[in-house]
Amino acid sequence: MTTIFGIPLAALFGQLLIGLINGSFYALLSLGLAVIFGLLRVINFAHGAQYMLGAFVAYLLLQYIGIGYWPALIVAPLIVGAFGALVERFLLSRLYNLDPLYGLLFTFGMALAIEGTFRYFYGASGQPYAPPALLTGGTNLGFMFLPNYRGWVVVVSLIVCIGTWLLIEKTKIGSYLRAATENSTLVQSFGINVPMLLTLTYGLGAALAAFAGVLAAPIYQVSPLMGSNIIIVVFAVVVVGGMGSIMGAIITGYVLGVAEGLTKVFYPEASNIVVFVIMAIVLLLRPAGLFGRDG
Amino acid sequence: MKPFLEIADLHAWYGESHVLHGVNMTVGEGEMVTILGRNGVGKTTTLRTIIGILRERRGRIVLGGKDMMDVPLHRTAHHGIGFVPEERGIFSTLTVEENLMLPPVVASGGMSLDEIFELFPNLHERRSSPGTKLSGGEQQMLAMARILRTGVRVLLLDEPTEGLAPVIVQRIGEVLKKLKERGMTVLLVEQNFRFASKIADRFYLMDHGQIVGTFPVSELPDQMGMLNKVLGV
Repeated sequence: MTTIFGIPLAALFGQLLIGLINGSFYALLSLGLAVIFGLLRVINFAHGAQYMLGAFVAYLLLQYIGIGYWPALIVAPLIVGAFGALVERFLLSRLYNLDPLYGLLFTFGMALAIEGTFRYFYGASGQPYAPPALLTGGTNLGFMFLPNYRGWVVVVSLIVCIGTWLLIEKTKIGSYLRAATENSTLVQSFGINVPMLLTLTYGLGAALAAFAGVLAAPIYQVSPLMGSNIIIVVFAVVVVGGMGSIMGAIITGYVLGVAEGLTKVFYPEASNIVVFVIMAIVLLLRPAGLFGRDG
Repeated sequence: MKPFLEIADLHAWYGESHVLHGVNMTVGEGEMVTILGRNGVGKTTTLRTIIGILRERRGRIVLGGKDMMDVPLHRTAHHGIGFVPEERGIFSTLTVEENLMLPPVVASGGMSLDEIFELFPNLHERRSSPGTKLSGGEQQMLAMARILRTGVRVLLLDEPTEGLAPVIVQRIGEVLKKLKERGMTVLLVEQNFRFASKIADRFYLMDHGQIVGTFPVSELPDQMGMLNKVLGV
């Protein structure tokens, strides 16, 4: 068997793929967190719950009305995004004039309430969700075996990340968003409806989390705890990338996913903490994060 | 002259602190009016209260016959009033062109992009640079240009010449004269008294959050003694 540094190549590529898959979810989730934090200055602790909701909406759509994976990939983010927009409009928006801690506490409380509700009905164990028929099976790449669904997750999450980045950096609505992030009062005085922009942004962030949730359903199973399992790592990703930096969140998501995967190959004992070790080092050397702007 | 902007008994607060104590003023259609006063007497606050950034306010603000007191900030511009703040408010994450195109057009009759680039050729050359890479003078031009594109009929300008070289100040004076020819109504806050005396039709003198006097530019020589006393120049 081919080896590199005494590690079988197949194992290396296998872990690299797992790292890329995890990285895809880190990137999608930290992207939404960064967009929300940039404009609303709210640390959205409900992000994990919104990811879990996305997976559960897909599961429930299939269970009760027979709507499958492909429509769910659109419908679940729309439902969770609309729910997020309502929450922002009627609850979160009342906290903007208070200490930022209130936004954090509110979203944390909301996450506990949502997860608690689903735990009450579905317990802590996962519900199976089959990958779509089109993407079952795998492809032999010569050096490794790639399950088709996992390949799809890596590709589609990359597309969604780049699409979101383009939306924010290259479009008119994106320029409103960037300007409002810098000085929302002045943007309002120009006649732009910033409160509406805040609602849409929170909705977009929640929808991105739900999209990641639907993507994750066939890989990790649908469990009420899936959000709280991943969200702590995602917060570390956002801290490493720099709060509010869109491209920083995306790149850091993939890089840390891969770093985690590689650690599993070379020093498995450290794989669960490597992200946090990197976070500690970055905080020491560059407190604003790798891509963050100071101040 | 028919008043286009009417302010009556306007009070405003920053939290507990009462900063405007019943401001009364009118600005006629097409008139260029300058508020004079020492630092900290409430000139900038008056502009911020009129546009609606400062919401803790009481009194009357009427624009073209419409009561503006209950209009939310993001609707104010749609009634034809624009604000250029003292700090200019150029966005660093937007290019010059994105900065220019940011404010929505609220009425017809604004300047076209061609007209703007003719008036401010530097902006055309640097349209793909980040907004804050411009010099202070260019940023001021950009801040004015982006409001002129929107078609507002009333412009609130806060110290447009502050910290700028004399040649740029002169350019801004020319731009303001052009705006006047186009019938723009301008309410200007300005410390540069010499600059203001060349372009304004009328002056308001402000002290302790109130208007303490008004006179047309023709009476300026007679008022110098009083001005020296109030402004401490």
